[in-house]
Amino acid sequence: MRIELEVNSVTYALDVEERTTLLDCLRDALGLKGAHAGCEHGVCGACTVLLDGVAVRSCLIFAPQAEGSAITTIEGLSPSPGELSPIQDAFCETHGMQCGYCTPAMILVAYALLADNPSPTREEIVEAISGNICRCTGYAQIVEAIALAAERIRGANRPLELRK
Amino acid sequence: MKAAPFRYFRAADIDEACALLAADEGARVIAGGQTLVPMMVMRLARPTRLIDINRIAALSYIRKDANGIAIGATTRQCLVERDALVATELPLLARAIPFIGHNATRARGTIGGSLANADPAAELSLIAITLDATLSYRAGGKTSHIPARDFFVGPMTTSLPAGACLTGVCFPVWLGKIGVGFHEVNARRSDFAFVSAAAQVEFGPDGKCKRIAIGVGAATDFPMRLDTAEQQLKGTALDERTVGAALREALSDFEPLSDLHASAEYRRRAADKLAARAIADACAHAQGKKTHAH
Repeated sequence: MRIELEVNSVTYALDVEERTTLLDCLRDALGLKGAHAGCEHGVCGACTVLLDGVAVRSCLIFAPQAEGSAITTIEGLSPSPGELSPIQDAFCETHGMQCGYCTPAMILVAYALLADNPSPTREEIVEAISGNICRCTGYAQIVEAIALAAERIRGANRPLELRK
Repeated sequence: MKAAPFRYFRAADIDEACALLAADEGARVIAGGQTLVPMMVMRLARPTRLIDINRIAALSYIRKDANGIAIGATTRQCLVERDALVATELPLLARAIPFIGHNATRARGTIGGSLANADPAAELSLIAITLDATLSYRAGGKTSHIPARDFFVGPMTTSLPAGACLTGVCFPVWLGKIGVGFHEVNARRSDFAFVSAAAQVEFGPDGKCKRIAIGVGAATDFPMRLDTAEQQLKGTALDERTVGAALREALSDFEPLSDLHASAEYRRRAADKLAARAIADACAHAQGKKTHAH
């Protein structure tokens, strides 16, 4: 099936099998390996991407269903090549990761949260990442990273931007 | 974890979706896909065609009508979660929605999809049964309605006729001095409930219970109402002892599911306690006290 996907502000024309998930399409057809395949049935959250700015599980969407939506992966989060987004910076500084498998998804969930709520409470941060499993950190530093990113983004006094 | 091959169709309107469904016995409707896709990748479901109804704009709405609050089948759960009309008119639904999956699944998951899949642990099925909601579906160019109590017939099984597509659900609104309570037990936040309980009460001017609805979910093949307890509790002050006795009697012949996660005996005890807590919360809520779902 021929589909058009808009990923990180670039439109791609692709031939995919109907049963290809958005996750497999991003990874295999577009080489965007930042969307991670964990459980592949919607439990672990490692495959999270933004669909029209909202965090969703890319393993639970078939690629043809994503036609017409703006998809953002971790590769599209930094404002320009060689730079990190404030959220990525905060994850580095607070050691909000160890093996890194859950990290892109955690950062995208944080992005969706902060775009919607610039001053989340600790509980709101915990709730936001509750659908994403991390087996290394114990979550404390991830929560810390998101709180730090929120503070910096508020201080920067301009909205979060995605790579154009 | 890859789905078996299927053909994908995007329906432009509800009658096209019904026609596509009717053309192939193995066809299934996909909306949010948050239940169906996991079943497909585990090969528990192998539809030959998927009829995508996500783009049918007419199926996504939340509005007040003569019978209550009507919600379209493809309305995303996250929209209902944030809706002001739902918060004021359907406080029980508003309280239960955060328990459905996680933010990321509520962002895609739809109201109709959850009801049509009829998972025994689904919070939406429990609320639909507790509030006596009416479901609407389209088949053969005709719209029909069915009470929630007749809609669910077994685990993952509904009485929706073959070739029919769910279009919406209408929840009656209770007026007067009302309160709601919702509780569930699960292994971790927002995971499948082992048992859930919902209660909505209305108090009369005399401070006595004028109307009460009590539902228990996840413990049987589909959610159930505790009708006998409701009848006994009408006209009482809903004090702890009366509620306890009524629940014990209503649950005396209750045969809950037993599985790896929770034994029948555990579910029996949990149903009793959670229903009591939901009723206590509903009373406190009606008196204007703040309560939280757990």
